[in-house]
Amino acid sequence: MSENMNIGCSKPSASINEAEEANKIITKEYLKEDKKNMIKVGKPAPTFTAPAYHKGNFTNVNLEDYKGKWVLLCFYPGDFTFV
Amino acid sequence: MSVDSTFVHKIWNDQELSKIINKDIPYPMLSDQGGKVGSIYGVYDEEGGVNTRGRFIIDPDGVVQAFEVLTPPVGRNVSEAIRQIKAFQLVRKTKGGEVTPSGWQPGKKTLKPGIGLVGNVWKEWNVSEAFDD
Repeated sequence: MSENMNIGCSKPSASINEAEEANKIITKEYLKEDKKNMIKVGKPAPTFTAPAYHKGNFTNVNLEDYKGKWVLLCFYPGDFTFV
Repeated sequence: MSVDSTFVHKIWNDQELSKIINKDIPYPMLSDQGGKVGSIYGVYDEEGGVNTRGRFIIDPDGVVQAFEVLTPPVGRNVSEAIRQIKAFQLVRKTKGGEVTPSGWQPGKKTLKPGIGLVGNVWKEWNVSEAFDD
């Protein structure tokens, strides 16, 4: 599900999973300027790997590791933003 | 997932969120510095440099079943997100044999699509079921 990460000063950043050919095609479509390429229901979710804080540890989370489970992915403007 | 670093996530958990729920946040708090993931999902606001309140339900096959996006000042309805997941789970379990009408909650009536139901939903389902009890 996730792997522990070493802590350093360089900022770890999220990345889109590019190793998988199918995901490359999915993400390329969504990055086109044309707004018609907004995420569509019934289509594969673009996969990504992102650094995370999880119950006392810094980890790396890969969406692909959640195949077989239901995922609720929530974005929000920022920590401490009240609501 | 927000554009904050994992360090800030830790401090938010430790200083505020854990005091609201009396335990650590049980799920991973993801960092999307630069908004790469938010951009792909269509929720990154380039002007503000932050992700808006996007919420995606992804099924066990990795398929997006639902999403909702709110501007920052309005919080989500967690019960509604859970209701939708339960509805999608039921549909998946019955392989589409049962579908969930407006306002469906676990225990409420589902509908079985078929030729006999065409034009006959009014016999099977009452609009009062669309609203909370």
